[in-house]
Amino acid sequence: MSQNQTENNSPQRRILVLGATSGIAEATCRIWASRGASLFLVARNPEKLAAVASDLRARGAAFVDTAVADLDDTNSHPALLGHAVNSLGGLDVAYLAHGILGDQTKAEQDFNTTAHILHTNFMAPVSLLTWLANFFVQRRTGVIAVLSSVAGDRGRKSNYVYGSSKAGLSAFLDGLRNRVDREGVTILTIKPGPTKTAMTAGMKGSEKFADVNAVAKSIVAAIDKRVDTLYVPFQWQPIMFVIRHIPERVFKKLNL
Amino acid sequence: MLETMPTVPSPTSQSHSRVAEGSTPTKPAFESWGRYPTYNAKVIPLHWQGDFPAVAQNLHNGILPVGLGRSYGDVCLLKDGNLLATPGMNRIISFDPETGLLTAEAGISLAQILDFAVPRGFFLPVTPGTKYVTLGGAIANDIHGKNHHVAGTFGRHVTEFELVRSDGSFYYCSPTKNPEFYAMTIGGLGLTGLIRWATLQLKPIVSRMIDYEGIQFHGIDEFLALTEASKEIEYTVSWVDCTSTGKNFCRGIFMQGDHSSKRAPLNPSPEPKLIFPFDAPGFALNHLSVAAFNTVFFHKQMKKQVVTLQDYEPFFYPLDKVLHWNRMYGKSGLLQFQYVIPWNNAREGTVAILKEVAKSGLASFLAVLKAFGDVPSPGVMSFPRPGITLALDFPIKPNKSFPLFERLADMILDYGGRLYPAKDAAMTSTQFQAFYPEWEQLARFRDPMITSSFWERVTGDQPNL
Repeated sequence: MSQNQTENNSPQRRILVLGATSGIAEATCRIWASRGASLFLVARNPEKLAAVASDLRARGAAFVDTAVADLDDTNSHPALLGHAVNSLGGLDVAYLAHGILGDQTKAEQDFNTTAHILHTNFMAPVSLLTWLANFFVQRRTGVIAVLSSVAGDRGRKSNYVYGSSKAGLSAFLDGLRNRVDREGVTILTIKPGPTKTAMTAGMKGSEKFADVNAVAKSIVAAIDKRVDTLYVPFQWQPIMFVIRHIPERVFKKLNL
Repeated sequence: MLETMPTVPSPTSQSHSRVAEGSTPTKPAFESWGRYPTYNAKVIPLHWQGDFPAVAQNLHNGILPVGLGRSYGDVCLLKDGNLLATPGMNRIISFDPETGLLTAEAGISLAQILDFAVPRGFFLPVTPGTKYVTLGGAIANDIHGKNHHVAGTFGRHVTEFELVRSDGSFYYCSPTKNPEFYAMTIGGLGLTGLIRWATLQLKPIVSRMIDYEGIQFHGIDEFLALTEASKEIEYTVSWVDCTSTGKNFCRGIFMQGDHSSKRAPLNPSPEPKLIFPFDAPGFALNHLSVAAFNTVFFHKQMKKQVVTLQDYEPFFYPLDKVLHWNRMYGKSGLLQFQYVIPWNNAREGTVAILKEVAKSGLASFLAVLKAFGDVPSPGVMSFPRPGITLALDFPIKPNKSFPLFERLADMILDYGGRLYPAKDAAMTSTQFQAFYPEWEQLARFRDPMITSSFWERVTGDQPNL
């Protein structure tokens, strides 16, 4: 417990987590809980949300509240976010971790599938970000950390629908940062490489994916240090640099 | 590769001489710790308590819940079947700092429990020699530790759990609720259903440290005298040299300890950094290298007696420091062999086994000797019983290891002892059924969809799919 006390000096005490049952989000929350943070968790499935919440309470979170919500419903966002801020008695960090991988093959044939992926991974976060950025700008403080993906750095045939949703999100975050950083608000774009979670379970090569707890640790550290962009594990930064710089006439023939 | 493996229960030992040689063409998705046998199976990770039985609805080749694959042989394998991997189900459900009762999902590892409990002043009631096992696996194998003589098995400290069957029925199990499922699931090798969560009674500590004492002994009688003299000490275990003969026969180091009662900081453990990076070549472990190791280990403790304060990590988990240490045995893997012989034959049987092992020249350098106590286990199929237990491991040598094993197992049978399924890859169905006459009860409580390669090997009991 002595450890908890020393880490309690961290300024990030009141944290809103959107998509709290995602593997990366849950692992991140466990670190915050062990530091004694207060958490407001939002997810779609009530049983999963309750399981995550009781785990975080047991691990030492000072306070845990939850709301079941389908974040695709952007009309509900203002009320949901207002409720979260009231429940926490303020807000230091907003962590956007919800998203879907989607079915690329199906999306190639069916626009509605594509539209759904784009809505969940791009439109819904943009709605949340609009509200949250203005909330933090008013207070001239705060961190918004958003799970984007290395898949957004360049479209590839194997997952370009998911990738383009994350590319749009990353571009939106770049612009938002350019606007609000000078107002004291930090925007952190997190680009995880493939990580071992429920979302990637059973995918080819998933046993070689990054350990979710190591990824979570890097995310917590990046939020503490108010970093702008985080590639995690860090090897993805040079890898994506190379991938972004392959000439298109070569790239278009690759199977990536 | 697969056709060279003994894949079916063999009433005779013929198939045992056909031992795997060379490399596996493709690495199986899930290996046991001994890396023998190796079977292909589909791994289906469970992340949520509600995932089972839904994930099993359309599976037709049998299923088996598994944890971290630390059992040595085939109790955690199912050839061409579906392994439900539980480590993603690792949430804490509740913890009461007043009573030390911890309820958690069954895929949580003992390492994760320690990370949580130690800073809060609590410790595992019973721990094996590795902390990388799951709560569910610890129950299914009803594991034991260095404090068996005072604390009994792990299952004794599990006050309650929920068992889910493939038909969707579920049972809250405790010594008073569904006591028959409670007794069959503890030590039930995962066959009675999926353990969804369990409640464990932790015990208070005030320090990470262990008051440790290491004492050299020569011969079984010195070991027995030390055992008798240390009855009040919580943890006792001995390392024994089973390569030496003559005047060094059955020499060893008797290690004992209690949790320190002097208050000290309860920091969490650092993460392990060393990883055994590759498969050692087959010749790395031979009689000479192991004999040399044993001599060095024995004399590393220069004095007859050493008294010191030691952190619990090296005391309980010396090998966990090197992740994947089993790679030291190379690609062909290792065989474990752990028996218990009841007190009436314990001395005679242990001397005879040690002689047979030394004579064989098959080297074993992780040989662990301990006296089990008489605390009864709640599990019908639990391995421990009062007497002496010895755990050995051997590299797999074609035409040598399996015949030795079969000889040793028959000796154990003659001495009225039994072998530990969690460490077995070689006992015959005849031997198993003589060791565990209770197996027919387990067969009745087995979930019809669940089976393991071990179970099929030692019983021939096929799943009703």
